[in-house]
Amino acid sequence: MITLTVNGTSRNVDVDPDTPLLWVIREWLGMTGTKYGCGIAQCGACTVHIDGVATRSCQVPVGTVGEAKITTIEGLSPDGLSHPVQIAWLQHDVPQCGYCQSGQIMAAAALLMQTPKPTDADIDAAITNICRCGTYQRIREAIHTAASVGGKA
Amino acid sequence: MSNRLVLRRRAFLGTIAAVGGGMALGWRIPAPAYSQGQGQGVGIWVSISPDDTTMVRIARSEMGQGTFTGLAQLVADELDANWNYVRAEYVSPDENLANKRAWGDMSTGGSRGIRGSLDYVRKGGAAARAMLIQAAAQRWNVPATECNAANSVITHASTGRTLRYGEVAADAAKLSVPGEVTLKSPAQWTIIGKGVKRLDTVDKLSGKQVFAIDVQLPDMLNAAIAQCPVYGGTLVDFDADKIKSMPGVRHVVAVGNDAVAVVADKWYQAKTALAALPIKWNEGVNAQVNSAQIAELLKTGLDAKEAGLGQKHGDVEAGLAHAAKVVEAVYAAPFLAHATMEPMNCTAWFANGKVEIWVASQNGDASLAAAADAAGARLADVKVNKLHLGGGFGRRGQQDYTRQAVLIAKQVPGRPIKLIWSREEDTAHDFYRPITQCKLRAGLDANGNVVALHARLSGQSITAYQMPSRLENGVDRGVFQSWSKEEFGYKSIPNLLIDHAMRNTPVPVGYWRGVNTNQNAIYMECFIDELAHAAGKDPLEFRRAMLADSPKHLAVLNAVAEKAEWGKPPPEGVFRGICQNYGYGSYTAAVAEVSVSPKGELKIHRIVAATDPGHAVNPQQIEAQVQGSFVYGLSAVLFGQITIDNGRAVETNFDTYPVMRIADMPKVETIIAPSGGFWGGVGEPTIAVAGPAVLNAIFAATGQRVRTLPLRLSDLTHA
Repeated sequence: MITLTVNGTSRNVDVDPDTPLLWVIREWLGMTGTKYGCGIAQCGACTVHIDGVATRSCQVPVGTVGEAKITTIEGLSPDGLSHPVQIAWLQHDVPQCGYCQSGQIMAAAALLMQTPKPTDADIDAAITNICRCGTYQRIREAIHTAASVGGKA
Repeated sequence: MSNRLVLRRRAFLGTIAAVGGGMALGWRIPAPAYSQGQGQGVGIWVSISPDDTTMVRIARSEMGQGTFTGLAQLVADELDANWNYVRAEYVSPDENLANKRAWGDMSTGGSRGIRGSLDYVRKGGAAARAMLIQAAAQRWNVPATECNAANSVITHASTGRTLRYGEVAADAAKLSVPGEVTLKSPAQWTIIGKGVKRLDTVDKLSGKQVFAIDVQLPDMLNAAIAQCPVYGGTLVDFDADKIKSMPGVRHVVAVGNDAVAVVADKWYQAKTALAALPIKWNEGVNAQVNSAQIAELLKTGLDAKEAGLGQKHGDVEAGLAHAAKVVEAVYAAPFLAHATMEPMNCTAWFANGKVEIWVASQNGDASLAAAADAAGARLADVKVNKLHLGGGFGRRGQQDYTRQAVLIAKQVPGRPIKLIWSREEDTAHDFYRPITQCKLRAGLDANGNVVALHARLSGQSITAYQMPSRLENGVDRGVFQSWSKEEFGYKSIPNLLIDHAMRNTPVPVGYWRGVNTNQNAIYMECFIDELAHAAGKDPLEFRRAMLADSPKHLAVLNAVAEKAEWGKPPPEGVFRGICQNYGYGSYTAAVAEVSVSPKGELKIHRIVAATDPGHAVNPQQIEAQVQGSFVYGLSAVLFGQITIDNGRAVETNFDTYPVMRIADMPKVETIIAPSGGFWGGVGEPTIAVAGPAVLNAIFAATGQRVRTLPLRLSDLTHA
């Protein structure tokens, strides 16, 4: 039995400690906002925060998480819409198919915690998540918008 | 197959009765979040609730292209609805089937969502409006002609009385649908043409949007699949005993004749067990096929005598013989995977001879047919739940994964089975963009005018692979996309020949966003650039002269040239490329600004793109599609390649099949220039100009013509 702290709640899961955190979140905890895209930490669709750091959960064995605090897209804001990044995303109508957007939003939120006023170069370095629809231009604009209103939340 | 394993048979028998009962009662779990369920159907396209919530029913699939919003705009405008009340939901394929396909074609591809259904969906909105007005008129006991509607409110002009749509929807629902309605003229549109925000955004910000891969059902099991890595190979045997004690494993089943699946409590358990499963394949006759052989095969087509005719006028050979200068070049484009962000998946539930599926599909009708066929069920015994697609790009028009899910579910009856492909399976078993080469030859006269042009395509035919019965005397007309007489802008060339030598391979091919326009535009527009250079002319002026009789092609070309200030020198170290193309009923053009360091590092600084789709239903969504077209198109041009070795794909995942990320993304400035009078597509046409604009700019920067894609194979170092 492994105890995880997810979105402020303590959760016990009976799972092999080698299982990637992604699949524990999706299949054992039933929270499907965090997505599977590649399984090798290339695409970022599975990005969650571990103690505030954007982390690709497909490459994190659940047994290594320990007492670290996990935040998923479902826990980013109480109503799922009120984090400054979510507000900016809505304002810029960022998503298209939407599949990568949980990861993009989590990566952007973590960036703004570390770097409240990111430059374009900061965004290029921190946001390496793949979007196949090609929402990058609006992602960049929305991050700047979120930063301008104090995106740390 | 002796090895089919049914583990925990007891559990299976224990659940079937309960689930069987659930099947009768419980179709469609979970109910889609967007389904309101309280509305009154006013005609078949609109349902209106007492609170005025206006649900527009959508037959096409939403995969990020915005059709959910665009089609709703078409209906809502004719309906004179208040846009704030408008929502959208899918019509289910089984509902469509049961109603003699009243909602029309569900297939979502070829940039046809708007242009292929605008007539009947607008009529649906107009009919609903007429019914609502009629219902209000009857309540007031006045002629309907004295009433008008706007913003979801009906007004009786002379008395000023009003009724909300929600107040009369129940009465309107009882009226018969008028056969004849008059559609608005473009000048009367209030919602069409507006950049309204998408209707499907909110749930995509919070993780609440349920994609097919997210479906969770009571008693559901999960399946991971391995397909024979060699195209055309088959499954011989597998040793289920080796993995049956692994955590969560329930069943190991053959899927068709070329795949095996592990069914487990959790997908990660299934995938882990599958990796440990000993599998014996018969790799078949293609086991030695590789990319070098395929390239050689295509080369034989470049000069072959026999070729399917695309377009011809004049006498190309005579024109070349009399030319002052002949220019020749061979281009090549590789196989490409779609790489949708959401890997292929489908959930299927088979019980009592009936089947229900949850699927992300670009063709709901085809999903239903595939499920029925795989289940051996009647069409009427199939239910299809469509979910938003985590990317489609043509891949999800195929039903291979739907069929597999049902084949697995049939072997585990009574329990929903969610089949998910790993990214590696998804990359290895795509229907790839076909591989092609193109040899172009042109003659210039002493003044640098093109007097003859021959474009010879050689390569694989999608039609031959997918629907060979649709070949016309052995010719695939689809390979000439953008180059048909109607589409091709360079009408002034006096001697023209465009033809195709079909060279098919064992590699599965299919429709990849933009299909043949992508490589054709690269071939033609890069070669036209070569000709301009050979003629000593400016690439813009050279094209302008050749497009004199193609005013709409010329207009978008001029639009990008003007905005990019083609006549003025670019910033120090920056170089420009220009191109134009026509495809999917729309005119497109682009200017790229790039720099290439002496070490060969490419930076794309800026793109100016113009599109004339006739009418622009939602400029904001068109802008998104244009930006996205550059991401998809440039990902291919810069990085994309599926190579074949030992009969299988070499690339496996995003580490070996790289795509553009935000750092690679140039600023895209979009010009939307609807000239009216026609309806063109939006999702695909602009991809075609992404590659040539950048490649022509690279030539301007380096003097190097990149003719073999992807670009990353080329060394761009220069002095």
